[in-house]
Amino acid sequence: MARKPDARPNVSKEELLKYYREMLLIRRFEEKAGQLYGMGLIGGFCHLYIGQEAVVVGLEAAAKQGDKRLTSYRDHGHMLACDMDPKGVMAELTGRIGGYSKGKGGSMHMFSKEKHFYGGHGIVGAQVPLGAGLAFADKYLGNDNVTFTYFGDGAANQGQVYETYNMAELWDLPVIFVIENNQYAMGTSVKRSTKSTTLFERGVAYGIPGEQVDGMDVLAVRAAGEKAVAHCRAGKGPYILEMMTYRYRGHSMSDPAKYRTREEVEKIKTEKDCIEHVRDLLLQGGLASEDDLKNIDKEIKALVNEAAEFSKESPEPPLSDLWTDITV
Amino acid sequence: MAVEVLMPALSPTMEEGTLAKWLVKEGDTVKSGQVIAEIETDKATMEFEAVDEGIIGRLLVTEGTAGVKVNTPIAVLLEEGESADAVAAAPAPVVAPTASPMAAAAPAIEAVPAAAAARPAVVEAAKGWPHSDLPEGVATKTMTVREALREAMAEEMRGDGNVFLMGEEVGEYQGAYKISQGLLDEFGPKRVVDTPITEHGFAGIAVGASWGGLRPIVEFMTFNFAMQAIDHIINSAAKTLYMSGGQMGSPIVFRGPNGAAARVGAQHSQDYAAWYAAIPGLKVAMPYSAADAKGLLKTAIRDNNPVIFLENEIMYGRSFEVPVGDDFAIPFGKASVMRAGSDVTLVSFGIGVAHALAAAELLAKEGIEAEVINLRTLRPIDYDTVLASVQKTNRCVTVEEGFPVGSIGDHLASTIMQRAFDYLDAPVVTCTGKDVPMPYAANLEKLALITPAEIVTAVKSVCYR
Repeated sequence: MARKPDARPNVSKEELLKYYREMLLIRRFEEKAGQLYGMGLIGGFCHLYIGQEAVVVGLEAAAKQGDKRLTSYRDHGHMLACDMDPKGVMAELTGRIGGYSKGKGGSMHMFSKEKHFYGGHGIVGAQVPLGAGLAFADKYLGNDNVTFTYFGDGAANQGQVYETYNMAELWDLPVIFVIENNQYAMGTSVKRSTKSTTLFERGVAYGIPGEQVDGMDVLAVRAAGEKAVAHCRAGKGPYILEMMTYRYRGHSMSDPAKYRTREEVEKIKTEKDCIEHVRDLLLQGGLASEDDLKNIDKEIKALVNEAAEFSKESPEPPLSDLWTDITV
Repeated sequence: MAVEVLMPALSPTMEEGTLAKWLVKEGDTVKSGQVIAEIETDKATMEFEAVDEGIIGRLLVTEGTAGVKVNTPIAVLLEEGESADAVAAAPAPVVAPTASPMAAAAPAIEAVPAAAAARPAVVEAAKGWPHSDLPEGVATKTMTVREALREAMAEEMRGDGNVFLMGEEVGEYQGAYKISQGLLDEFGPKRVVDTPITEHGFAGIAVGASWGGLRPIVEFMTFNFAMQAIDHIINSAAKTLYMSGGQMGSPIVFRGPNGAAARVGAQHSQDYAAWYAAIPGLKVAMPYSAADAKGLLKTAIRDNNPVIFLENEIMYGRSFEVPVGDDFAIPFGKASVMRAGSDVTLVSFGIGVAHALAAAELLAKEGIEAEVINLRTLRPIDYDTVLASVQKTNRCVTVEEGFPVGSIGDHLASTIMQRAFDYLDAPVVTCTGKDVPMPYAANLEKLALITPAEIVTAVKSVCYR
């Protein structure tokens, strides 16, 4: 999607700097995770969020305290965006006791009840009814929280997504279905997996309103998020946001991404990068200087290095932990 | 020629019913398809239609009669010109019990003769129930398994506003098997939630709701349909406590009928006990009696873990003594010794206990005293009670309806071998359902299911008799 520069919502300097900082944190964190993976400190599956940062940062800007979120296995960005501690996230990636799941969950399975982050799900599409269930609980308990339920274009073909759409609209559940359409389900492009490639339109069959959003533009994401949140909080039921986005890296660390051209990736990086976008807004609007941004870069780098150090120093879980947390 | 109208079987497991109301009287002309009576089963009141045209010659069963057995003649239908008196003088049941489609249902009911035959003994055995858990002389009342399950849910829903029931037909329909009858009236649609037919989806929503502070009870119309939802039961409910490092678990109950009913074929007749019992992070309860049903379901609803609660359609209408009072609950992991014996240990759970008790009665006549253990929960399993009994009897036969490979019996046999090998005078024998998909044909279904006769044979083999 082409950017529409004239459709900018009002945004303050502070807000722009905040988004810049948060998106940069996710990117640097993921780059560091990729590095630690290469060093053998992180094992198993590791799915990086690089390129898609504007989606979570923009939507978190539309959320309030008490709102919930959950997503698939590509979850590091979501956790950092909802203010979970980078140290705890990185230490979980390295399988250490200091991780959010005490080393027992790994990259794909992290939770924070405190920050209302409900995973971290490895079964494609499973988080969709789970997210609607969290919304069901909020409605039952009579509060006005909403649940952001993220899933990819691949998950959008799972049957349980549509079972959930049906019940979410039937029961007016306060859930926002966020389709992160990064255009590839592992190696299968959207065009190769469906003839109905405008994914938000599938909600029409269930009476759920929705829209497609430029997911590389944090301000467009925030504006769409505010609209969806208002719809949910007003008790009008679910809303679908199809975020058009792009992942720069492979599906996981072991994916060479041969299903797309280098030119395609480079074009997006050059023309659509979400961090460069905010950087340009800050510099061109005279809201920050190169030096200001350099200082932020330094801060973020230090934060990520600190997380990496913590993730290396935190001990592995004691062997007795094998037998804990199975039942309460 | 006059035809007898027989009491119909209106569900796969119906054995008898109440003739609630006649909608015709003697002398009325009826057409085929005309509703002539209302018949009340333990699940519902059904309209009963005439199959043939004719004149109602005689109503043989007065309205309001309860306990009318399936296939009992309830009316006589005359052809034009025939006299009811002639029929009375020379009853001519043209519908021979073995030839009519109605009568074909009879063997289906015989498919569980053991349980039916064992019924008096069962109630007897349950009187002192549970032998080890409650003080002597505890007040009890007689109720069906169905009523016990309903009472357990109602009591727990009264006690905790965050407990709610969801599933197909649980509300307005009053429950496909009438377990939830009346709950919608008492608790309203917010807490008794009718779902679309979408097991995968609503199981996931329920697990999410359990993370959001609620305590869902999910009714599956049968556990066969839970196959659609098994990913959420195992990957979402059972594993999250562990994957979150203990931060959040799933206080949720998945319940519904499990195992074979009668004549419902392969896709509706499977015992999942061993499947769910294999999963760390779950708890698995499988009641036999009404007391088990009530006490275990209350514990399940109060438990902070995901609980699989495996009921049995055939047992729903059976009556047992149940301790009075809403504080009655049965702890998980505590087996009940249903019958004391010195010669062999029979270990079972769910409807298998009925077969084991029936077998024990048959064995007693031949001088073999079987100790019958009702496990009640399969995760956790009360190994101590089983091992103590085996150390006393030195012989063990396990009884279950499920498939033989990877059965609960296999697991118990291996545990007994590892922990009580020196006490065994014979190999442990596992009595299970046969290693075949459940057939529909009445005779084949009977063959596929576990029977008391097979248990008797197994016991004799381990007793070298």
